[in-house]
Order: sequence, then C-alpha cells, then structure tokens
Amino acid sequence: MEKIYSRTKLLREDMVSGFCPGCMHGTIFKMIGEVLEELHMESKVAMVLGVGCCGLAKEYVTYDNTTCPHGRGCATATGVKRANPETLVFTYQGDGDLASIGLAETMSAANRGENFTVIFVNNGIYGMTGGQLAPTTLVGMKASTAPKGRNPKEHGYPMHVCEILNQLTAPYYLERCSCNNPANTRKTKAAIKKAFQNQIEGKGFSLVEIVTSCPTNWGLDPLDALGFLEDKMLKEFPLGVIRDKSKEEA
Amino acid sequence: MARQFMKGCEAIAEAAVRSGCRFFAGYPITPQNEIPEYLSRRMPEVGGTFVQGESEVASINIIYGAAQTGTRAMTSSSSCGISLMSEGLSFLAGARVPMVVVNVQRGGPGIGAIQPAQQDYNQATKASGNGGFQMMVWAPSTVQEAVDMTYAAFDYAQRDRNPVMILADGVLGTIMEPVVLPEPRSAEEVARLKAICRPWALVGHNPETEQRALVDSGDWNTKKMEQKCIDNAALYESWQAEAQAEELFLEDAEVVVTAYGISGRIAKSAVKLLRAEGIKVGMIRPRTVNPFPAASYEKLDYGRVKAILDVEMSIPAQMVNDVRLAVKDRCPVETCLHAGGEIMGRREIMDAVRALYR
Amino acid sequence: MERNLMVAGFGGQGVMTLGKFLADATCHSTDKNVTFFPSYGAEQRGGTANCYVVISDDEVGAPLGDAMDDLIVMNDPSLHKFLYKLLPGGTLFINSSIVTSEITRQDIKVVKVPVTGMALEMGNSKVLNIIMLGAYVGYTQVVPAEVVWNTIQQKLGKKPALLPLNKRAFEAGLAIGAEQREA
Repeated sequence: MEKIYSRTKLLREDMVSGFCPGCMHGTIFKMIGEVLEELHMESKVAMVLGVGCCGLAKEYVTYDNTTCPHGRGCATATGVKRANPETLVFTYQGDGDLASIGLAETMSAANRGENFTVIFVNNGIYGMTGGQLAPTTLVGMKASTAPKGRNPKEHGYPMHVCEILNQLTAPYYLERCSCNNPANTRKTKAAIKKAFQNQIEGKGFSLVEIVTSCPTNWGLDPLDALGFLEDKMLKEFPLGVIRDKSKEEA
Repeated sequence: MARQFMKGCEAIAEAAVRSGCRFFAGYPITPQNEIPEYLSRRMPEVGGTFVQGESEVASINIIYGAAQTGTRAMTSSSSCGISLMSEGLSFLAGARVPMVVVNVQRGGPGIGAIQPAQQDYNQATKASGNGGFQMMVWAPSTVQEAVDMTYAAFDYAQRDRNPVMILADGVLGTIMEPVVLPEPRSAEEVARLKAICRPWALVGHNPETEQRALVDSGDWNTKKMEQKCIDNAALYESWQAEAQAEELFLEDAEVVVTAYGISGRIAKSAVKLLRAEGIKVGMIRPRTVNPFPAASYEKLDYGRVKAILDVEMSIPAQMVNDVRLAVKDRCPVETCLHAGGEIMGRREIMDAVRALYR
Repeated sequence: MERNLMVAGFGGQGVMTLGKFLADATCHSTDKNVTFFPSYGAEQRGGTANCYVVISDDEVGAPLGDAMDDLIVMNDPSLHKFLYKLLPGGTLFINSSIVTSEITRQDIKVVKVPVTGMALEMGNSKVLNIIMLGAYVGYTQVVPAEVVWNTIQQKLGKKPALLPLNKRAFEAGLAIGAEQREA
C-alpha cells in the first residue's frame, strides 16, 4: 500500500507536547514542519520564538531556534536574517508578545520591510501567564485582569494587527487565517508556505495571523472554545488576504 | 604604523571593524552618536551590516540575533540608553552569546546631563540587567587604550561566549588625539572567526546529521538551569587572573590615588605634578573594573601608606566600594568627586592629596 | 612641557575648527602628544562653543585642563566666563572687533586681533577663525606656520576655491601675531 501521509520529521518523536487540549499551537508547528520539508529548508531554518506558551516548542522541534525577550522577536529576527541572509528566518509570536510589549519592534521591522516571516498566533488572551487582558481581547470578554470583561471605556477596543500593518508601504504579504476547520487549516498551511516562499525569493516582510482558541484561559472546553472562536473571534477578526503584493505585481 | 588624529568614538568604531566586527545596531544618544554615524558609512565598505534600531531595546535585540550567527557584533549607547539595553544584555549573557557593548557614559541618574560622567560603575560591574550575570568591563583612559581594548574585546567575547563592555565616558568619546590603529583582520580571517562558531550558532543545521542549535538563556529543567548558573559563575571567577591595573610610584608612596577611565588619566597627571613637588604619592588605575584588580591594593605596604584617595566623576562614589573591599580597613579611603557633567580638575586632586599627605 | 589652550566663542564662529586644525597639525608634524576636546551647549545652533587643545611632550593628562596657558576669546560673554582660567603670565587673544570690555588683569599678556572686521574686509565673515589661528601660531610659534597651513589646505581640499581667501586670512593673522610677539 502506498504511504500517503507521515508525521513531519521536524517534530521530535520522543517528546509529548505540553500544549493544552484544544490548543492549536501543535497543529501550527506540525504544518510549519511540513512546509519546511516541502521547501527542503529544514537545514537552513532559524526560528525565533516569542515568550509565552509557544516557547514550549523550543524542545519539540529538531531545527535551529532561539528564545528572545518578550516582544523582541522582530528585532532578534532582523539581526539573524541580516547577518545570514541565506537562512530562512521566522518568528513565532502570540498576541501579547507581538501586539502589546513588542508592538514597536513589529511595526518597525514591518516598516523596514525586513525579509523574514512572522507567524502571529492570536487567541485574544495571555496564555502562559494565566488569562490576562490582551490587546486583542474581545469587548466584554473576561480576563484575569479584566474580571468584568473588556470595557472599551477603560481598555479600548481589540487591535487589528494586519489592518494596522496594511497602512505601511513596505510589507509584502499579510493574511489572516484560522485552524477552526480542515478547510481553513489547509488555507493556513498554504499561507505559511507562501510567506516562506516570499522570503526565499527576497520579497520582504510577510505576516500570517492565525486566529486560534485558548480553551484553558477562556474557561471553555475545546469544543465550546471552537464555537466561541467561530461565533465571536472570527467576527472581530475576519479571515482573508489583507495584502498580497504579488497580485499587484502580476 | 603612522599615527592618525581621531575622535574617540570614531577610533572605537574603526577598531571594532579592524577586529572583525561586521554588524552594528544602535540608537541615537549623545555623546556617542559618532559611533553609529561612522559605522553607517564604514560597515558597507567591509561587507558588514549597519542597522539603526527603533530604540535601544530593539538595537540590543537585533544584536542578540546577529551575534547568534557567530558574526562579530557591537552596539553602543550612553547611560540611560544602556539601561534600556539591560534586558537584552541579560539574555545575551544568559544564552552565552558573544558581543561587545560600548557605554560612553554621561551624567545621571535619569536623563542626567549630556556631558561626561562616570555614573554607571555599579551598573556596569554589578548588575547590567537581571539575573546576576557579569561581563568583563574594560575602562580606557585614552583614545589609544580605547582602540586597543575594543580590538581585544571581540576576542575575549568570542573566547568566553559572553558580552564584553567597554566603559568609556563623554570625554573619551569626544576628544581627538593621535592613535595608532591595529592591523585590520582580513576578510578570510573574519570568515574563519565566524565559521568557528558554527556548532552553536543559529545558522541552520541538518537535523539528520548535525546537532541543532538552540540559543536560549533559560531552561525548563531547574537542575539544568542551576548548572547554567554554576558554569557562568566559573567563567566569572576565571577572569580574576586577568584583572589589570596601571600602577605608578607605589614603591615609596605614602598617599595612593586611585581612579579609572578619564578620572584615572587626570589623576595620573596630578600625581606626576605632585611628584615634581617632592610629594610621595602613587597611583593605581584599574584598566579592568570587572574583574576588579584587588591585588594591586593587596600588595601595598600599609605601614607606609597613610591614605587612599578615590577619584571619580560620580556622586555618590561607586568604585570606592570595591576599593574599600580590597583595602580591608588597613588605611582610610577618602574621595574626591564630581558629577553631573562637571569635569574633574587636576588642581583639586592635588589639593586633596596634599591634605592627606600632611 | 605642556601647553593648554582654550578657545571660546559663539557657535558659528569656527571655534572648533580653529582648535581642530591646530591639534591636527601638531599630530601630523611633531612627535608631541596632543588632545582636542570640544564642548558644546545642548543647542544645535547659536549656543556657546568652546574647545581645549593640549600640546605636550609627555602624555596628556587632562584633556580639558583647569588652568590655561593661552585663552582665545571670540566674544564678550566668553571673556567674562573664562578669563579666570588663564594662568598668571598666560596670553589672552581677543577678537577686538567685538570684545570691547576693558581687560583689568595685569598679570597676563593681551594680543588684540580685530578678526571680525578683518574677515569682513576680506569679503567673507567666516574666515575670522583662520585669521585668529594665524595670529595664535604667529605669536606662540607653538608649531611651524607652514605645518598649520598644510593642514588647512588638506582639510579644505574638497573646496579648493576657498584656498586663496583662507591663505590671505591665515597670513594676515600670522603677520599680526608675529608683530605683537616682537613688540
């Protein structure tokens, strides 16, 4: 019988993931591994991991990676990529990391059109530290530091990173995806692949936002969390291509 | 080699390039702007990279990334800018990544003054960030010394896989004086120095045939994290044998002046003028302030030395605490101080020595 | 032997250039040690500007000494602010076109050079510093005049059209300096 699917070799087989049930980090890291293999870049890759649950992955992947200070992913990646342009460099950051503490680094790297890729995982909450208010928390959504829910008068509104970056001239590719169903998961993988290919071709800054769930800190079981994601999160953060300069070039 | 007339900041920048530095990121702050300005022109000439970061926070983290590839990398700033780099310095030291950081000190605390001072001694030698890490800290007192120390700093950084600091000040950064520059390292040599780093560097490894690189300041495993701390402590301990100080007229000195950096240079001149008056005064000028050259104080004859005068452009005095630890109450340690951008004068040092000499 | 010079004036009077040319010439033509230290206010334009040049046979100890052998002042405020730094027996060089205050100290030598007026007569107010540099070198003979001129030539290399004017300015200064040295 022909083997049509096998697990990516870029995730260690001798480790059990510490991600919570219903968390989508595992799916995303699996897809990243598959894409790297498909592009034959597994020996040329450098991952810059943000701070948060995603940092657990430093032990799970078989390829080169580094952990950097909270929010500084795009600065560290700037250094790695510019010092060794032949390396495929990507950051993997959550919403607190990328859009709160690291907003300056994200905006500035995007504005310089740095030739690396950002995988931005947006679940509307701080995971590892325990469910605090994030820049992307929905209005009314409860957080451990906003026990009555996000109140626009006090906390403002959820931040739309792709739309903000779309005000800049330099970014090459911005797409918002999700992993809420098989079709969207496949689209996410295609977006990651496209973002990496852009980098290999020297096109500049690409960011793939992936809207995900955090059942643990949302206080929901995985299935209900998926429902919340589809009913609420994707209303606030509609999926689609926000910018694709390759279309303009075509 | 013929001597050249160079500004301190530019001489430091050129020495870095000649030592093989091929990556610089920094952010504007007085009085060190000539370092990034010079390197923005110079780096492209040698195939290196210059990035003006959006902040000191970003700049040190850009260096964190660049240095992880084994590329010799440097940043520079001044005082309050160095404070912003604390986070990145701690990660660099924690992950054991080599790089060189230059602090052209100005007045403090806070925004302080744009004029020269030595207000960052404790920060540089004791706690440039969280976690109890240390850096070798070299304190030049002339432009020539700044050049020689910067050139050597990259070798120490690579040897130890740890950040090294050049603790300069606004006078050294802005004065011009004659310097003899070291020979530039060839492109082949620079490439070889980078290639040596490959086993640990974030350059991409074959997952099937090579050990992957993980550049990480932390560890989930507390036993392993403790071992990292133990290894770091052993490194810091090993530096003690490399402490350096310039000693002058200690054979018969009854008063010993001690100072580092720009104060050390001014003090040296004062000591020579006092000697010409027949006053038995000597000098200890630490060239490394971490490791601190305690041995120079240990070997003094405390039967003869009446007092030590610590001269600093910092109020309160900071190095004086290390001096007192080394002197162990065997004689009084007095101070002669300025701060806020006020520059130390020779005459006030001379007056202070005379008062102790009587 | 160590010689300490301070040059003080307004920003825009070429105070830094004067000091830098002198120090550069010393570095390239002698075995002496020399330092040049600029001191600016926080303003980018129009503030005070002063610099220190120390020329020494030994290592230079204090790049901005607290006691000056020579003091060049290009305006009145600098005179009042810095005259106390001049050692007894020292020499004060003043831009006598605009420094009008009476010099009350009796323990110093005074060399008056109307550099602003002379520069305007030459048709370019900017060369006042080159005239003063000439006067300083002519009076003190601290470094040979031709060495200083070589430095000026080299530094102005990108703007050769300015050389004849600067040569006239430098020589006019030299003549005044030498004349007052004789006097």
